[in-house]
Amino acid sequence: MVSLKEVVNDPQGLVVTDALHSLGYPEVGAARVGKFISLEVAGQDLESARERVDEMCRRLLCNGVIEDYRFELRPVAVA
Amino acid sequence: MSVRFGIAVFPGTWSDRDCAHAVELAGAEAVPLWHADRDLKGSDVVILPGGFAYGDYLRAGAIARFAPLMEAVQEHAQAGGLVLGICNGFQVLCEAGMLPGALLRNASLQFRCQPACLRVETTQTPFLSGCQKGQVLQVPVSHGEGRFYADRETLAQLNAQGRVALRYCEADGALSWEANPNGSLENIAGILNERGNVLGMMPHPERACELLLGSDDGMQLFQSAIQHLAALPA
Repeated sequence: MVSLKEVVNDPQGLVVTDALHSLGYPEVGAARVGKFISLEVAGQDLESARERVDEMCRRLLCNGVIEDYRFELRPVAVA
Repeated sequence: MSVRFGIAVFPGTWSDRDCAHAVELAGAEAVPLWHADRDLKGSDVVILPGGFAYGDYLRAGAIARFAPLMEAVQEHAQAGGLVLGICNGFQVLCEAGMLPGALLRNASLQFRCQPACLRVETTQTPFLSGCQKGQVLQVPVSHGEGRFYADRETLAQLNAQGRVALRYCEADGALSWEANPNGSLENIAGILNERGNVLGMMPHPERACELLLGSDDGMQLFQSAIQHLAALPA
């Protein structure tokens, strides 16, 4: 998940908030629009995969000037 | 010897031919620079033109910054060489860390292609040395992601160091929200690196080089750079 930092204005999120309000969901406080990226990563060791993915986020997937990221790893058995 | 402008071509660049045309009108030589080469072909000035390098996938400029050509551009800039990033080129410079901040989706969420007025905020760069501070240039914008953002500290530093080069303004030079086509912080249209040899700007000076197109104010950037280089000791 890559999303704009809290302090960065998110005009897409504002439009989504307005749209939800006009559809009858006044309980929505604020919507933020981000990106979802799914990666298949080969390896045996969860900890080293975590380090590598973290590095990928910092170098390419997320621009730390404007965005925050978080990720989770899910082991998948390969036949 | 004439001044040589190298013009970067990434897959998806669209303004390279316009830049070459403008450079030649200004009396300099234009050579294309291929993204996969590290060779600047002896360029005095490197232009990173507008377009959608690598489709702007992920974020505008995010992939282009890793192109082999960008290593040579970084070395050129570190050695004091001139670099001008226009539109997508500005986005690439920010992604590459050669300029601070980032360019976000326009506040209007619309792609804006329209004339804009720019106030010259400093002449302490070879690209604006032929202008007057406070002068208004008419240069069009054409982008969907040009909203300049930097954190408060960075913004204060840019202002304190005189590194805001251009701001969107009214025809008389007044700053207003209406004159700001993308919602940039403090109407910022272009910024400089610390040394002043790297300029990133969202508007397209190469599209304002002939009166037939409504303005030739953009020519001043190219001419300033050429005059600056011509005046250097050989």
